[in-house]
Amino acid sequence: MAESFWQFAYLIAAVLIIFSIKWLNSPATARRGVQAGQIGMLFAVIGTLLRHEIVSYEWIAGGLVLGSAIGAPLAYLMPMTALPQLTALSHAFGAFAAALVGTAEYYHKAPTGFVMGALVIETLLGYLTATASVMAFGKLQEFVPTRPMTYKGQNFVNLLLLLVAVVLAGWVIEGSAPAWAFPTFSGLSLLFGVLLILPIGGGDMPTVIALLNSYAGMAAAAMGFALNNKLLIIAGALNAASGFILSVIMCKAMNRSFTNVLFGAFGQVQQASTATASAKPVRSASAEDAASILAGSRKVIIVPGYGMAVAQAQHKIRELTDMLVKRGVDVQFAIHPVAGRMPGHMNVLLAEADISYERLKEMEEINSDFGEADVALVVGANDVVNPAARHDTTSPIYGMPILDVDKAHTVMVIKRSMNPGFAGIDNELYYADRTLMLFGDAKQFVSEIVKELPKAA
Amino acid sequence: MSVEIELSIYVFILAGFLGLELVQRVSPLLHTPLMSLTNAVSAISVVGAILITGTGDASLLSKILGTTAVTFATINIVAGFLITDRMLRMFKKEGKK
Repeated sequence: MAESFWQFAYLIAAVLIIFSIKWLNSPATARRGVQAGQIGMLFAVIGTLLRHEIVSYEWIAGGLVLGSAIGAPLAYLMPMTALPQLTALSHAFGAFAAALVGTAEYYHKAPTGFVMGALVIETLLGYLTATASVMAFGKLQEFVPTRPMTYKGQNFVNLLLLLVAVVLAGWVIEGSAPAWAFPTFSGLSLLFGVLLILPIGGGDMPTVIALLNSYAGMAAAAMGFALNNKLLIIAGALNAASGFILSVIMCKAMNRSFTNVLFGAFGQVQQASTATASAKPVRSASAEDAASILAGSRKVIIVPGYGMAVAQAQHKIRELTDMLVKRGVDVQFAIHPVAGRMPGHMNVLLAEADISYERLKEMEEINSDFGEADVALVVGANDVVNPAARHDTTSPIYGMPILDVDKAHTVMVIKRSMNPGFAGIDNELYYADRTLMLFGDAKQFVSEIVKELPKAA
Repeated sequence: MSVEIELSIYVFILAGFLGLELVQRVSPLLHTPLMSLTNAVSAISVVGAILITGTGDASLLSKILGTTAVTFATINIVAGFLITDRMLRMFKKEGKK
C-alpha cells in the first residue's frame, strides 16, 4: 500500500490541477482554483518524497526550504506594477529547473533513443526559455533597451544556430556523440534564448510571455516522457495549451500571423515607418476644460494603456471614476487584448485600484458603444486606438483590430508629449477635430481633473 | 513502440485538448492570473528534480544539479501560487469588500 501511495497522490494531483484551471474561468471561483492547484502541487511533492527510490532527504529539504524562502518574499514584496517582470522571472526559474533536471538525467543514465529524444527536447526548451525569460525580464525592467535590436541576417543566424543545436541533439540521441556534444548543445540552447528576444520590442511582450509560458509547459511534458511520468505530462500539456492559446489570442489582437511568432521573427515591423511627426495642428486642453466636459457627459469610456501602468495612474483613475459615477455618469473601461505588457495586464492594475471588474469590457463587447459615448478618455494607450490600422495600408499596424475611440463625441488623450508611441508610428487620432490633447503625466493630470471636477457645474 | 510510450502519447494528446478547451473558457479578465497559475503548475518539474536528487545512486553532480533544480522549481511554485492569489484577491464586484 505504502509502495503505491505515490501513484494515488499523482492521480489526485493531476485531477486537482485540471480543476484549478477549470475554476479559473470566472472571478467567483478563481481563488478556489488557486487552492486546488496548491493542494495538487503538495500531493505531487509529498507523493514523490514517499517513493521508495528516494533514500536521502537532506539535499531535497535544503532546496525546498531555500526555494520557499526566496519565492515567498518575491511574490509579496514585488509591487503589482512589476507583475510582467515577476512572471518572466518566475518562468526563468521554472524553465531552468527543467533544463537542469534534463542535464542531470543525461549524466546520470546517459540514455539513448526515445528517452534521450525527450530529454533533448526538455533541455532545449528549458534552457532557451530560461535565458529568453531573463531577457524578457531585463527588457521589462528596462535593464536591457526595450527597442527591438535587429541586424542584417538575424533570422539566418538564429536558424543556423538552431540547426546546429538540432544536429548535435540528433547525434546525442543516436548515442555515439563525443563528450563535448551535449554541453555545446546546452550552450547553444541558452544562446538561442537570448537571440530570440533581442529583436522583440516592449509592445510585443504579451505574445512573447505567453509563448514562453507555453514552452515551459512543453519542457515539463517532455520531462514527463523522459521519466515516464503521466502527472508531468498532464500538467505540462495543460500549461503548454494555455500558453499557446494566449499567444494566439495576442497574435490575433495584433494581426500577426502565428508562424511569425513561432519563429520569433517579429518586432521588425516597428522599423517600417519612422514617425512623420509633422507640425500638424493639435487642440490641447487644460484639466479645467477636461473636468467641465466630463461633468457634462452621460457616458464616459476610459481606455487604459501601458502609459497608465508606467505613471501608476490607476488609483487616481479610480477616484475619478467614483466621482463621475456619483454624478450619475456611466463609466466603463475598454480593454484592448494587448494593452500593457502581458495578457490581461490592465485588468489586474484596475482591479488593484478597486475598480469593479464589471466595469471592465473587452474590445468586441464595447466597440459598438463608442458611438454613444460622450467622452472617450485615452490614458497612456497609443497604437491600440490608432485609426490608421483601419484604412492606411502602408501603416505597420494596418489590419490590427483597434478600439474605435474616434467614434466618440469627444476624445481626450492624456499623453506626455507628441512623441510617437512605442511602435514609432504617428497617430492620426491626435490631429482629429474631435480630439483634445491633455499634455502631462497621466497620474498628475487625472488628479488635477479630480480636483477641478467638483467646481464644474 | 512500447506500450508505455504509446500510453504517454495518448495522455499528452488528451491533456493538450483538455487544456485548449479549459483555457478557451477563461475570461480575458483573468488572463494574467491564468498565466501565473499555469506558470506555477509548470514547475511540476520539481517532481523530476526531487527524483534525480534523492535516488540512492545519485552522483555528486546529480545532487548539485538536482538540488539547484529543486530550489528553482520551488521558487517558481511558491512565487507563482502566491502572486496568483494576491492578484485574485483584488478582483471585486462593486460594493463588495
